[in-house]
Amino acid sequence: MSDGVTTAATRAEYCVVACAEVWRDAGEVLASPMGTVPAIGARLARLTFSPELLLTDGEALLLGDVPASGSGAVVEGWLPYRQHLALAATGRRHIMMGASQIDRHGNQNISCIGDWSRPSRQLLGVRGAPVNTLNHPTSYWVPRHSRRVFVERVDMVSGVGYDRAAAAGPAATRYHRIPEVVSDLGVFDFATPDRTMRLRSVHPGVTVGQVTEATGFALTVPDEVPCTREPTPDELRLIREVLDPEGLREREVPA
Amino acid sequence: MTTDKSMTAEEVVGRLESGMTLGIGGWGSRRKPMALVRALLRSDVTDLTVVSYGGPDVGLLAAAGKIRKLVAAFVTLDSVPLEPHFRAARENGRLELTELDEAMFLWGLTAAAQRLPFMPVRAGLGSDVMRVNPALRTVTSPYGDGEELVAAPALRLDAALVHLNRADVRGNGQYLGPDPYFDDLFCEAADAAYVSCERIVDSADLLKADGPQTLLVKRPFVNGVVETPNGAHFTSCAPDYGRDEPFQRAYAKAARDPEEWRAFTERFLSGDEDNYQAAVAAWTKEAAVAAFTKEAGA
Repeated sequence: MSDGVTTAATRAEYCVVACAEVWRDAGEVLASPMGTVPAIGARLARLTFSPELLLTDGEALLLGDVPASGSGAVVEGWLPYRQHLALAATGRRHIMMGASQIDRHGNQNISCIGDWSRPSRQLLGVRGAPVNTLNHPTSYWVPRHSRRVFVERVDMVSGVGYDRAAAAGPAATRYHRIPEVVSDLGVFDFATPDRTMRLRSVHPGVTVGQVTEATGFALTVPDEVPCTREPTPDELRLIREVLDPEGLREREVPA
Repeated sequence: MTTDKSMTAEEVVGRLESGMTLGIGGWGSRRKPMALVRALLRSDVTDLTVVSYGGPDVGLLAAAGKIRKLVAAFVTLDSVPLEPHFRAARENGRLELTELDEAMFLWGLTAAAQRLPFMPVRAGLGSDVMRVNPALRTVTSPYGDGEELVAAPALRLDAALVHLNRADVRGNGQYLGPDPYFDDLFCEAADAAYVSCERIVDSADLLKADGPQTLLVKRPFVNGVVETPNGAHFTSCAPDYGRDEPFQRAYAKAARDPEEWRAFTERFLSGDEDNYQAAVAAWTKEAAVAAFTKEAGA
């Protein structure tokens, strides 16, 4: 065993494992991670507890093996953008998107900040957030947990939250599900009676107070908040030696 | 009998009119018909409604004030996430936007190609896409499920511009990279479509490059074919070339500052396509020399 494996897990490595957990028991579906830490997490899940996952090269190819970030691979299939969009409607996908803003109901915004008709800051546009959230499980990754991201009300609902889906009727709720939100501070879900955000675990070294302080809305906090689980020695080895030897994860989540 | 549809980029633009709804193929900063967009920049055609999986095509046309209205799900340069000209146009309130979900966009193009008024999609329900575009409507299933879905409206186009790797003079277009994007749909959704390509080849040679499934665009949907080598620059055109990342970075940097943008326009966009390609070649050489000098000095 190398020296790297014997050192304690970094915050970024807890985040990788928490992201990987999103795809546990997902079955034979496409894992679509957005961002460095979720990408490493999806590959870790495939190499360990979710071997049936489909992964892409980030463009049009399905990967038949699990290479390190950016390296070549066996190709097992073809998935150009048009099929990607059609696949979303089949439901055989679990995406982990980013969020410029997210609220307590799970509404997410990547479109713009401020009034849509003349935004103070134009971002990407809604992209595929509406189709994703209405058709298959959609989780979120927030590398810097703050009140600017975790807001009372998002400026433009790109990804649909539980309240908005319910208001839009049965065709909207039928396949709508937001399993998890992972940030650099902890893991969150919507396992509350009114489907609002709940703190599920804090990463080791993070206090519950830190999380509520950095959250711009009232978060449901259980009496006992567990710590995010430890990576296994094998997982740490895979992250450090196989999946991300360059340490790109530490740039997205600094120690 | 062969109908020769080959023409110049200027002739293509000569067939476009101000006020048209114009579809632009490619995706983000990938295989965009940039030489045709540059020809458009040199023309008087303006007041356009642009329908695009937006990239620097949208940025350049927005910077030139040629877009009245944009129909898009996003605008991105891929390796540079946010398109600076698009951002500026939105933040200055200079651009009317119909912001759609990517799937609504795909099925809207499909509806137009199939001559249908709309396609039912789940995407959009509950999102603010419906709030900010109050003209969007829902449709209720006549079957037992009774589901109320979004009626993604047909995105019918007056004209489409796409760029492919190869084409023949009759208008059969071929892509050789990993992704066709949506270029066939753009052509089928348009009253007139113009294909630029890296190289015009004999019909008999099309299959020498790759299998029949690469023959993406069919000639009944094409009105003009333009040979524009490096015509997708600075976006990618795999496998002929990748994205020119250093040049795209220079574009994005210049786009953030009015003074720098004037200098960029002067150097790269004030002449014809040959001038552009020559200016890019000279810039690339300068950048390489500068990098070498910096490395040698370090």
